[in-house]
Amino acid sequence: MPKITFIQPSGETQEVDATTGVTIMEAAVDAMVPGIEADCGGNCICATCHVYVEKEWLSKLPDPEGDEEAMIDYTADPQDNSRLTCQLQITDELDGIVLHVPESQY
Amino acid sequence: MAEEQTETTVIVGAGHAGGMLATTLAQKKYPGRVLIVGDEPYLPYQRPPLSKDYLAGDIDLDKLYLKPQETYDKAGIDLTLDTRVEKIDRDSKSLKLANGADLAYDKLVLATGIQMRVLKAPGSDLNGIHYLRTISDVQKLRPELIEGHKLVIVGGGYIGLEVAAIAVKRGVDVTVLEAMDRVMERVTGPDVSAYFEKRHRDAGVDLRTGAKVAGFEDNGSGHVSAVTTESGEKFEATTVLVSIGIMPETALAEAAGLDCDDGIVVDEFTRTSDPDIFAIGDCTRHKNLFYSDAKRLEAVSNAVDQARATASVLCGEDKAYDAVPWFWSNQYDIRMQMVGLSDGHDDSVMRGLPDDDSFAIFYLKNGVVISVDAVNDPKSFMAGKKLVAARATPDKNQLSDTSVDLKTLT
Repeated sequence: MPKITFIQPSGETQEVDATTGVTIMEAAVDAMVPGIEADCGGNCICATCHVYVEKEWLSKLPDPEGDEEAMIDYTADPQDNSRLTCQLQITDELDGIVLHVPESQY
Repeated sequence: MAEEQTETTVIVGAGHAGGMLATTLAQKKYPGRVLIVGDEPYLPYQRPPLSKDYLAGDIDLDKLYLKPQETYDKAGIDLTLDTRVEKIDRDSKSLKLANGADLAYDKLVLATGIQMRVLKAPGSDLNGIHYLRTISDVQKLRPELIEGHKLVIVGGGYIGLEVAAIAVKRGVDVTVLEAMDRVMERVTGPDVSAYFEKRHRDAGVDLRTGAKVAGFEDNGSGHVSAVTTESGEKFEATTVLVSIGIMPETALAEAAGLDCDDGIVVDEFTRTSDPDIFAIGDCTRHKNLFYSDAKRLEAVSNAVDQARATASVLCGEDKAYDAVPWFWSNQYDIRMQMVGLSDGHDDSVMRGLPDDDSFAIFYLKNGVVISVDAVNDPKSFMAGKKLVAARATPDKNQLSDTSVDLKTLT
């Protein structure tokens, strides 16, 4: 069972046991990770499941495309390692991934 | 044993607003007990996919749930499902449930959602006439959407058109009868309506506007066989979907004497006329600090943002509801994202072209951007969210110029 670590802006960390076949957003929402708002429920409409991916893990993720790529740019504070977690499927290769929750999703 | 009994909050309605409120309270470490009572047999679920991916069969039931049962268990949230609330007794601060039980509350939150607007016409009680609001409704409708069937959809709003797109792709012979002179008349402008009408017709939907239903014909055994219109036309049907809008579910609130006005009336903190009772989501006519007048909205964004306002009040933070609402619709490969309310606009600007299948309409009032409808144009939607929230007054020529970065506009 892959583990995902979410680090809050305060530095507080939360490790989430995730199952493969769901998105990182779903795992975060199910575990009630603060700051992963996911207002639209994972439909890539609202960009409120934004995270910063710990740099060493970036290369393990498929590149953002389409709507995700278009929308990331308009989040509150986009960075090179910004991703929308509703577009990231959990795989065994992502076991241990570290994600930083932004100050705000709005 | 604790000396003092903690507060009990009961949420009536296990929809998006009710489910969101319960888990937001848990996230905020609300010290009281939280109970949800819902009349459907399902965990709180998202309704938008019902007329989209779930109807199409692209996602399973468990993807609809906001959270799995385990999350509620861990958070100590008590769910009583498949159970109607019959009555609110404000004097004793308790609820009478349909199973005969009484349930005491300190704080009560009504998240009762909506009821379908029912079409009353000769034959409207025949078999084969469907409505779409719940998981169960989809499970009844989906098996009817098979090749060779004739589906007549009464109402060309979001839901009717989303169903039309899915059905025609499955080989169903689809007719849409819209009473107004264009589809989605209530929620969007003429350019967007025209684009969607063309796309549906191109896909093979027989889309009629200005078509008012007169009645339904019986096939001789109590099942619908045709829909007739006031102009005397007749459309054969094996299945009918009626999607002509909704009404807020206010019966419990009204019977309890709470102020209602086409929705349960609440302030910007989601408080009803009883200080111990709140209401959130589609059932409310609410104050949103962003707007000067009270609104009633049918939207996930409103459900979620009002739930947050209630959670803040119950946790002693009192954060008022002031968010700009947003909406979306998926039809074919078209993703429409909308922000704000265009009512009262006096000008509009198109960015991009419908012929390119990617464009946006910016609605303005006195030069201020009040709403954006973005069709396959997520950038305009995202930028639009910020422009509307900031009450921006960008130059119209720049707004329409696709070479101008929307982020530079104010």
